[in-house]
Amino acid sequence: MLTLSNRKKVMEQEKLSFSEKLYLPVIAKGLLITIKHLFKRKATIKYPEQTREFAKVYRGHHVLKRDEQGRENCTACGLCAVACPAEAITIVAAERKPGEEHLYREEKYAASYDINMLRCIFCGLCEEACPKDAIYLTDRIVETEYEREDFIYGKDKLVEKIDQRIDVSKRKIKSEFYQPIKN
Amino acid sequence: MGGFLLSKTILIVIIFVITLVIAMYSTILERKFAAWLQDRIGPNRTGPGGILQPLADGVKMFMKEEIIPANAHKFLFIMGPMLAMTTALMASVVIPWGKSLKIGDFVMDLQVADLNIGILYVFGVVSIGVYGIMIGGWASNNKFSLLGALRASSQMISYELAMSLSLVAVIMSTGTLSMGEIAAQQSGWHWNVFTQPLSFIIFIICAFAETNRTPFDLPECETELIGGYHTEYSSMGLGFYLFAEYINMFISSAVMATIFFGGYNMPFLDQLGLAPNVEALIGTAFFFGKIAFFILFFMWVRWTIPRFRYDQLMNLGWKVMIPLALVNILITGSVLILRDHFNF
Amino acid sequence: MQAALFYGLSIVAIMCACGVVVSRNPIHSVLFLILTFFSISGHYILMNAQFIALVNIIVYAGAIMVLFLFVVMLLNLNKESEPHKSDLVKIIAATSAGLFSLVLVGVLKGATLPAYEGMMDSENGLVKNLGRVLFQEFLLPFELSSILFLSAMVGAVLLGKKNVQA
Ligand code: SF4
Ligand code: SF4
Repeated sequence: MLTLSNRKKVMEQEKLSFSEKLYLPVIAKGLLITIKHLFKRKATIKYPEQTREFAKVYRGHHVLKRDEQGRENCTACGLCAVACPAEAITIVAAERKPGEEHLYREEKYAASYDINMLRCIFCGLCEEACPKDAIYLTDRIVETEYEREDFIYGKDKLVEKIDQRIDVSKRKIKSEFYQPIKN
Repeated sequence: MGGFLLSKTILIVIIFVITLVIAMYSTILERKFAAWLQDRIGPNRTGPGGILQPLADGVKMFMKEEIIPANAHKFLFIMGPMLAMTTALMASVVIPWGKSLKIGDFVMDLQVADLNIGILYVFGVVSIGVYGIMIGGWASNNKFSLLGALRASSQMISYELAMSLSLVAVIMSTGTLSMGEIAAQQSGWHWNVFTQPLSFIIFIICAFAETNRTPFDLPECETELIGGYHTEYSSMGLGFYLFAEYINMFISSAVMATIFFGGYNMPFLDQLGLAPNVEALIGTAFFFGKIAFFILFFMWVRWTIPRFRYDQLMNLGWKVMIPLALVNILITGSVLILRDHFNF
Repeated sequence: MQAALFYGLSIVAIMCACGVVVSRNPIHSVLFLILTFFSISGHYILMNAQFIALVNIIVYAGAIMVLFLFVVMLLNLNKESEPHKSDLVKIIAATSAGLFSLVLVGVLKGATLPAYEGMMDSENGLVKNLGRVLFQEFLLPFELSSILFLSAMVGAVLLGKKNVQA
């Protein structure tokens, strides 16, 4: 018979052999297979006590970096927000006043920088888009909350503390699969 | 008379408690065993290694809201799980748990009632076990429940036949209907499995069907019937149904161990020269070991074999099990006659 | 003790039997009938006929009544679907039932009942004696009735099959 895709296959059901018809030998075989698993190593990881090793390229909770002098890198250019496929980033920009040079590296800075962690898909495009080395994804886990609003992370949660710098050197090593876009 | 009543009451209470505890711990064992067979570790948070899980489950069941559907038949809806539980507990009466103990000059039988028709009693109890399910399923006023109940009843009736027929052969070769006597006859290695292997295979398959365990758990098959007959039940009503299943499993394991695997008899035990009381207690412990093995076997099969289709189930029951059981009766009968004739 | 049990069981049996007739819901009728069987089994046990008592439970309460219940549940009879019975039918039914009970009472009045006391410890209902009686004294009727059952079974299977080449 002609079919549209010509990929039709007629399956033939094989006749059961005598021992298969008896059921019992086959059942015994099945029982043996399952009981063997009793002595196998268990795959479970008991989470809070043990943690699974993270992949090298794990992308989690973002961090907004500071430079060596402790100034915020971000210049509120909005490239990350444009790049974000999930539209998770909202930035309000402000101009740096004289005397704030020790706080912000560039003369424009993000007065507020929100990431909605429920929208974010942790793709890492914001990190790639950033020209100022300001945003990175880290291997920290976004914690669970009870309210939706609590998932909108502001600068208080995103910007790294001056005394607790977050190491992102791992993210800066480009993997062997990384190919810069040529144009 | 007073001592008799007292000893029986104590025994009944002990058996009741043991049954409940074993049923309770079967639930956790079931989950653990399933987990182990699937390379997981199972519930392990409540108490060391999850040992308190059944208690937690029980408390949860009690605390849940009891929902009775608006259009349900109230009285029967409540009766259903009660009946299921009662009939499940009733069969333990005729099971001989061990040899009799001697305390001073008082003899305490480890069997509540040695009816001279013990096996028939078990059948009677099993056969009225359907009512709990049927009544509950019908009273829920829900199509899925009703279908589950109907499946359960037709399945149980079909397999009851094969089950009783398979035991007829055992009754013929042992010549008694009393459970106590059947257990006593199998001292040492004279277990009935060796003389009646076919009967045992039929019996165990039917036991799976009677207890609604997995290859035959169509009455509660989730993919088609949601929860089957207990779809509408919540709280302790559901708890009773689930519990009754585990009690049934325990009791049928005990029946199998008694009838086919020598009951409380342990080979070579009498050669150790122990005091009779100690011997009786070791025998009882060994009996519980056998029961535990069968319970584990129930679970092992559950996590190995997928569910039968309904027509397959009926075909297996009527066209395979019953003829096989009849053939078995025929063979047993002819062997018995030949043995009488030639005196061997 | 035994007399009290006897009267208690009898009352339960008669009440349930009345329940079978009176209750409008067919499921209730069936359940009452099952209870009746149980109390009758209780009577058998009182008469020391344990075998008959248990066979009564296994066969009637455990199998036949389950099938009854099964069918009634499947049909799902209720008040709305109950066929309307005309008054004439009701009158005829009541009269014939009354006449029948009259006949029953008449027959039972003349009958002499065996002494009640002796029945308590008769050995007639035990497996051994029953088997002896069935397989020696009444062997022929017993086997004949089993052949009757077999033929009924074959007939039922034949009726159940749709396309049988005659
Ligand atoms: S990781 Fe992706 S989705 Fe998340 S904020 Fe950055 S660009 Fe948006
Ligand atoms: S994080 Fe980078 S891309 Fe985003 S606004 Fe700041 S500087 Fe621009």
